[in-house]
Amino acid sequence: MIRHNKKNIVVIGNGMVGCKFCANLIDQDEENQFEIITFCEEPRPAYDRVHLSEYFSGKSAKDLELKPMEWYFANGITLHLEDAVSKIDRANKTVFSKKGREIEYDTLILATGSAAFVPPIPGVEKEGVFVYRTIEDLDEMMAYAKNCKSATVIGGGLLGLEAAKATKDMGLATSVVEFAPKLMPRQLDDVAAHRLLQLIEDQDIKCYLNHITTAIEGDGKVEKMTFKGNDDLQTDMVVVSAGIRPRDELAKECGLEVGDRGGVIVDDNLLTSDPDIYAIGEVALHNNFIYGLVAPGYQMTEVVVDQLLGKEAKFTGADMSTKLKLIGTDVASFGNFEGTDVEHDTVVIDDPKKGVYKKLVISEDNKKLLGGILVGDASAYANCLMMYQNGTDLPENPMDLIQSGGGSSAVLAMPDETQICTCENVSKGDILQAMEEHDCCNATEIKNCTRAGSGCGGCVPIVNQLVKAKLKADGKDVNESICEHFNFDRIEMFNRIKADKIKTFEDLLIKHGKGSGCEICKPAAASILASLWNEPVHRFHNLQDTNDHFLANMQKNGSYSVIPRLPGGEVTADKLIVIGQVAKKYNLYVKLTGGQRIAMLGARVDQLPDIWKELLDAGFESGQAYGKSLRTIKSCVGQSWCRFGVQDSSGLAVEMENRYKGLRSPHKLKSAVSGCTRECAEARSKDFGVIATDKGWNLYVSGNGGMQPQHGLLLAADIDKETVLKYTDRFLMYYVRTADKLTRTSTWLNNLDGGIEHLKDVIINDSLGICDELDKQMEYHINTYECDWRAALDNKEFMKRFRSFINTDETDKTIQFEINREQIQPKMANV
Amino acid sequence: MSNTMTTDNWIKVAQEADFATDVGGCIKHHNKHIAIFNINNRTEWYAIDNICPHKGQNVLSRGIVGDTDGEPKVACPLHKNAFLLKTGQCISDETTPGVRSYEIKCENGEIFINLTT
Repeated sequence: MIRHNKKNIVVIGNGMVGCKFCANLIDQDEENQFEIITFCEEPRPAYDRVHLSEYFSGKSAKDLELKPMEWYFANGITLHLEDAVSKIDRANKTVFSKKGREIEYDTLILATGSAAFVPPIPGVEKEGVFVYRTIEDLDEMMAYAKNCKSATVIGGGLLGLEAAKATKDMGLATSVVEFAPKLMPRQLDDVAAHRLLQLIEDQDIKCYLNHITTAIEGDGKVEKMTFKGNDDLQTDMVVVSAGIRPRDELAKECGLEVGDRGGVIVDDNLLTSDPDIYAIGEVALHNNFIYGLVAPGYQMTEVVVDQLLGKEAKFTGADMSTKLKLIGTDVASFGNFEGTDVEHDTVVIDDPKKGVYKKLVISEDNKKLLGGILVGDASAYANCLMMYQNGTDLPENPMDLIQSGGGSSAVLAMPDETQICTCENVSKGDILQAMEEHDCCNATEIKNCTRAGSGCGGCVPIVNQLVKAKLKADGKDVNESICEHFNFDRIEMFNRIKADKIKTFEDLLIKHGKGSGCEICKPAAASILASLWNEPVHRFHNLQDTNDHFLANMQKNGSYSVIPRLPGGEVTADKLIVIGQVAKKYNLYVKLTGGQRIAMLGARVDQLPDIWKELLDAGFESGQAYGKSLRTIKSCVGQSWCRFGVQDSSGLAVEMENRYKGLRSPHKLKSAVSGCTRECAEARSKDFGVIATDKGWNLYVSGNGGMQPQHGLLLAADIDKETVLKYTDRFLMYYVRTADKLTRTSTWLNNLDGGIEHLKDVIINDSLGICDELDKQMEYHINTYECDWRAALDNKEFMKRFRSFINTDETDKTIQFEINREQIQPKMANV
Repeated sequence: MSNTMTTDNWIKVAQEADFATDVGGCIKHHNKHIAIFNINNRTEWYAIDNICPHKGQNVLSRGIVGDTDGEPKVACPLHKNAFLLKTGQCISDETTPGVRSYEIKCENGEIFINLTT
C-alpha cells in the first residue's frame, strides 16, 4: 500500500468509543500528522448503543448514528465497513482483515468493545433466544416478536432492564429473571434496588430474583424456562443480557497480555504490553477493572489522543456515576454510594408510596459528599454530582440537597461562586453575606445591599428563592405573604376570591386585605380575577402593569410592541402582506420572535388603537404577548409536509393555541408541538409540549428554556388527541390554581410535593377529586374567550387612555429612534 | 394645599374628568412631562416628574399606583423602581435618585399644578 509522511493510526472497532477516538484525534490533530484507518465489522458506522431501546420507540438506525458516512469521508478517515481485522502481526506492525486487506500501522488502537456474555445454559441455541447488543440483534428480535406474546430477559442489570423495555415496547408480556437477590447489583444498594423493583413491576414487568436458569426448553424453539428450585416460566422468547465479555480474541492471538477473566491489560497510559498498541473502552482491563459505561471509554480516548500528540496524560480510573431513565424511572448513582471502606453517615429519604428513594453518603465530619443513589426522582443529580466532583462543602443540612425535587433547596445547594445576577455580577456567596452582615431578609433589601436584581431584574425570583431557602434553613420565619396588603400567598388569594366569588380588587381589599394595594398584589389579583371569571383584562386596567393597561409590551424607551396571534406559527401570504403594510405605514421595526410570530416594535401609545384596528380588520387577533398568559404554540410542519412526520403537529398546535389563547396564568405559558421524535419544535423546553409518536402523542410538562433551562417531564405517553387536550386542560388549571405569583410551571413543579408523580396522580387518576372542576373551569374559559383588542376597541371609555398626554393631542417627541440595519431602533436619552 | 400661595404660580392643566381613578396620566407643559395621579376615587391628587431617573424615560405615569405603610407610591413600569407620590423619593433602590414632586389641587372640577414648588 501507499505510505505517506503521515503516521498511520489503525483503529480496530468503530463502536461508540472507537468513533469518539477518531473524532477527538481529528479535532486535535492541527498539524495533520495522522492518517486514520478504522475497521467496523457491522454494516453501519458507530451508533448510540446506550439508547438502543429507542429504536423500538420510533428512532431509526439513522437517528442513532453518531456520525454520518460523509463525516468520515470529509475528514479523510478510511472506514472499512463490514470488515473485521482477523490478525495482528506485531513484528511487522501490520493488520490483516477478513476481506483480505493488509495495512501497516505506526500505532494500533484496540477498540473492539465487548460482546454479550451468553452463559452455557442448555437450550440457548434454540430459535427464539437473542442477545441485545446490535441493531441487527434488534431487527431479528422484532421480526421474531411478531409471532410472540411473551418475552423473558435473563439479567436484571442495566442492559437487561433496557432490553426489557425493548420487549415491552414491542407489546410483549415481559419478565426479567436475575440470579442475584436484587436488580442492578453493581449500581444500587438493597433498598434502592427494591424501590426500583416496585416501580418496574408497576409497569407490568414481572421480576424474578434469586432465579438461576437451568435450561431453556421447547421443541426447536423456545417454549419455557426452568430454574433451580423455582417454578417453570412459559415464554415465547428469551433475551440474554447476563453481562458483557471483552472482545480480546485478537489480542490474545497476537500474544498481548490479557486478564484471567478477559480484557486486555493496560497501564495508566492505556498501553498494552506492546508499546505501539493501545486498548480503550470495554476491551481494556485497567487496574483489574472493565468499565462497562461509555463515559469512562470517552475519557480514555482523550488520554490516548493527548499521548499521540506528545502531551502528558494518564488514565487513573474513572467515575462510575450514571443517571438514566429505566423503563420510565429515574435511576442515578454516583461515587461511593455504599460508603464502602470509609467512615461515613447517610442521609436518606425513603417514600415507598411515591416510589422515591434518595440516599446521600457523606463524610463523618458532615462536610463532603462521598456518593449517593437516587431512584424515582433524580432531579437532584446534577447538583449532587457537581458537589461530589468538585469536593464542595455540603450545605448545613445535607437533606436540603435531595428534598422536594431539588427546587428552592437546590438553590441553596449551589456553590457560593454561582453567579445569580449576571448584570451586576453578584454571586450566591455575596447574597448570603448580605443576609448575614446586613440582616437582609427580602429581595428588595438584597437589591439595595448588593445591586442584585437592579439590572434587568430577571434574577429576582431566584434571589427570592434563595433568601427564603436560607431563612428556612436558619430556622427563621419566612414571610409568605404576597405583600404588605395581603397576609397570605397567591394560592390562598385564589381560594378566597373563588370561595367568596369576589369580582373586584376593591372588594378583595375590603374583605381580606388592608391599605390600597401595590404593584405586587394588584397584578396578582387581576390575574386571578381574569383566570377565574375570564373577563377581558381591560376591566381591571388600574390593577395592571402598563403592559396589560395598554395591551402591549412596553419597550425600553417607552414605546410598545404589537404582536398578533399566529396560531401554530402559520400565516397566509395575504395576512403577511397586511403585517408588512402596517409595519411600513407606522414605521415599525419588524422581527420574528422565538415563538414563531412576527413582532412589530416601536409603536407609541397613541398609535396602538389604529394599528390594531387595521390588524383586526384583516382577521388577526391579539397575541397576548403583553400578558401573563398563553403566548405561542410553536410547531413543525409535521406529517402534512415532512418526510419524517408521523402526526399532524401544526394542526394540533393550531387547535391547542385556539383552545388556550387568552388564558390568564401566574406567569407566561409557552408551548410547542413536534411531529416526530426529532423534536424540531423544541417542545421539551416548553411549559407544555407535545411530541408525536407512531401511536399518538407524548405529553411533556413543566419544561423551561429561560433562566434555568430544564427539560419537560413526561406526563403521559402514546395518548390520543382528546387525551392530550384533557390532560393539558387539567395541567393548566391545576397550575393556575396552585402556583405562586410569577412562578413558571418548571419552578412550580420543582417545588410541588411529590413532583411529577403527584401531578400524574392528580391529572390522570384524579387523586384529589378535582378533575371535574378543572375541566369545567377550562370549558368556561374556552366558551367565554374574547380578543382583548376587539373588546378594547369597542370601548370608548377605554380608548381614552391611548394618548401621549391628557392635556394635548401632541405626540410624545421624547420617544426617538435611529436607524440600524435598515430599521428603527430606540435612541436612548443619556442618563 | 397651601392658601398662602399666589394664584399666579398655579397652572390649569386639565379637567378632573380627564383622569381615571387609581391610575396615572401625563400632562405636557412646555417641554415638561408631569405625571398626575388621582388616588382613592378623587380625594387625593399628586404630581411628580414623568421621567424615571433610572433610565431616563418618560414613563412614570404609566406605572401601577399603590401604597406602602399608608404612603401612596407609584412603581415604574420599566424596572419596578418605586417612588413616593408625596415627595418623589425613590424607595426601592437607594442609588436611584428621586424625582421632583409638585403641588396640585382640584378646584371646581379643574386641576391646577404649581411647577415652582
